[in-house]
Amino acid sequence: MEIAVLSGKGGTGKTTVVAALSEMAGRIIRVDCDVDAPNLYLFYQGNDIEKKNFYGGKKAKINKTLCIKCEICEEVCKFGAIKNSSIDPFLCEGCGACTLVCPKNAIRLEDEKTADTFITKTEKGILSRAIMGVGSDGSGKLVTHLRKNAKRFVEEKQITILDGSPGIGCSVIASITGADIALIVTEPTRSGLDDLKRILELSEHFDTQVMICINKYDINPDMTKQIEAYASKKGLFVVGKIPFDEKVMESVNTLKPITSFPDSIAGKAIEAMWIRMKSLTINVN
Amino acid sequence: MNIATLSGKGGTGKTTVSTNLAITLGFNYVDCDVEEPNGFIFLNPSIKKQEDVTVEYPVIDQEKCTLCGACVNVCQFNAMANTGKEIVVFNKLCHDCGACKIVCKQNALTYEKRTTGKVESGTTESITCHRGVLNVGEPMAVPVIRALLGGLPDGNHLIDCPPGTSCNVVTALRYADAAILVTEPSEFGLHDLKMAVELVKLYQIPYGIVINKDDGKENMIRNYCKSSGTILLGAIPYSMEAAVLYSRGNMLCDDPSYRMNFYAITEKMKEVFTWK
Amino acid sequence: MKIVVSATGVSKESMLDKRFGRCEYFIIFDTETDSYEAVPNSGVNASGGAGIKAANQIIEAKADVLITGNLGPNAFELIEKSKIKAVTCEVMPVNRAIELYQKNMLSDIFSAGMAHHGMR
Repeated sequence: MEIAVLSGKGGTGKTTVVAALSEMAGRIIRVDCDVDAPNLYLFYQGNDIEKKNFYGGKKAKINKTLCIKCEICEEVCKFGAIKNSSIDPFLCEGCGACTLVCPKNAIRLEDEKTADTFITKTEKGILSRAIMGVGSDGSGKLVTHLRKNAKRFVEEKQITILDGSPGIGCSVIASITGADIALIVTEPTRSGLDDLKRILELSEHFDTQVMICINKYDINPDMTKQIEAYASKKGLFVVGKIPFDEKVMESVNTLKPITSFPDSIAGKAIEAMWIRMKSLTINVN
Repeated sequence: MNIATLSGKGGTGKTTVSTNLAITLGFNYVDCDVEEPNGFIFLNPSIKKQEDVTVEYPVIDQEKCTLCGACVNVCQFNAMANTGKEIVVFNKLCHDCGACKIVCKQNALTYEKRTTGKVESGTTESITCHRGVLNVGEPMAVPVIRALLGGLPDGNHLIDCPPGTSCNVVTALRYADAAILVTEPSEFGLHDLKMAVELVKLYQIPYGIVINKDDGKENMIRNYCKSSGTILLGAIPYSMEAAVLYSRGNMLCDDPSYRMNFYAITEKMKEVFTWK
Repeated sequence: MKIVVSATGVSKESMLDKRFGRCEYFIIFDTETDSYEAVPNSGVNASGGAGIKAANQIIEAKADVLITGNLGPNAFELIEKSKIKAVTCEVMPVNRAIELYQKNMLSDIFSAGMAHHGMR
């Protein structure tokens, strides 16, 4: 079974929750779909047993020997990506308009490498992850690929935990689809609630069981109440409320999951949440 | 002169550094983090001007359309679909590239404008402030960033970039003459800082690092600066006071000791950056 | 009548894939000729709008019925507009899913959520 841990915006503590849940769940597979800030692997010692190029987009490319420098392509490009008959890959959006107008057929769209994908073998099991090229954006295609990459290693009844991709778009659809549980980590702020609402709208299209976790719930009790009220209106469980805990910063700095700090109040709250999550699902071992 | 502040990851204090440096330097402040622009909370300018940012999307004249599907096939972003009865356009996936119009033999395509965000300008007692705001639910920030930065008047600007190293940051950096990378002394901070450094290097502009929430120790960021020969512009100490000021929406440079910190950073900037 | 099933493989015994936009294959079953055909899903390689691309493909294939797990908002809109009947099914061999459909044992996909129209 697959658990996708999601949040609308970055910085809500998703990776901390994923690292802690992974410890409690035991022998599991990890997938880091948070490709904008792929920090999960920092918690583990391990070796990359596989590294592959990932082609996530397209860019136009001009064949210089065919090009007659007529500059029609420069006029048609709405992104200002063509200057002096050469293409600026950072500005090119891969739309292909230039390929349509070139009288010499000198321009083609070519697949562009946007990331390296890795299978990392850690002392705690397999981790599937990616490092994106600078200036590239994550995509549903990459998330789907990372999940598929991990799937080869899944054994019978083994749990997979996804550190989900940020945002609410295609990459989140790619994270939710087919997952058994979506745990949404939010925080009691205005933007936290807005993002939660948007993600819930999206999740209504999928038969994934949605659970909610409020991180640092005690920094704004009023907003926490609003989130709880919203959840109950939607018929969803708030499975965890994690208090603000300075140990979390220490956990990040020492690269040890919060569960290895026995007196951490945040760690205890995540443990209680895990127990609740298990009781709400039948398939969890 | 435009100086961009960026950070690999959200939540490192990029906006804190940008707003306080803008005040200290007397630079105009530009909030480019259009998905979450919160610099104005601290600077509180009175808004003088507001303009909508629009993008174009195709509209199909169903009379002229023969449902040939050429536009659907050419669209690299899958923003169009042919149900056999009509061409459906998914506005929000459209990149406004114009390819569909080029291939339409029936001339059945025209473009209409829709608003995806706005650009606002205002003034505080000492500086001018600009920001872009992307409407909720819109996926593409680049047109708003382009409208914001492309429309800036001449002068000195501090550009508060979006987090990360995505195409939004790339778009913003295009307008920068120098860059400040804001980070915090943690493994996550260092990891994401390195990604931001890789990005800035591509632009061959001078850059330096500011450590936020600094513990004053020989921490991993200081070590990184030393070993990689990266310029450290300064540090802002971590303190409860700073957190309280921040939570109230107050400026750190209103506090005398923090004002000295920011002043020291600006002196170092003048040394390191080619000052125009 | 043409029944299209989102699948993980090319044979009629391969498993149904609950993902629509990013499944590997579509298996097209023609009830008149009693024959199967597998086609790769072109949506699987889309960086965005995978569901739209996949929907386009099955509309072009002149499907009457779609058996899958779930539909995203954009794909749902298109399938509905194209009057293709969409039904939801658990993971099982494709031929078994078709049998269940023919016995009228699969329920329609009715998506009550709001359309989010795209995004990356």
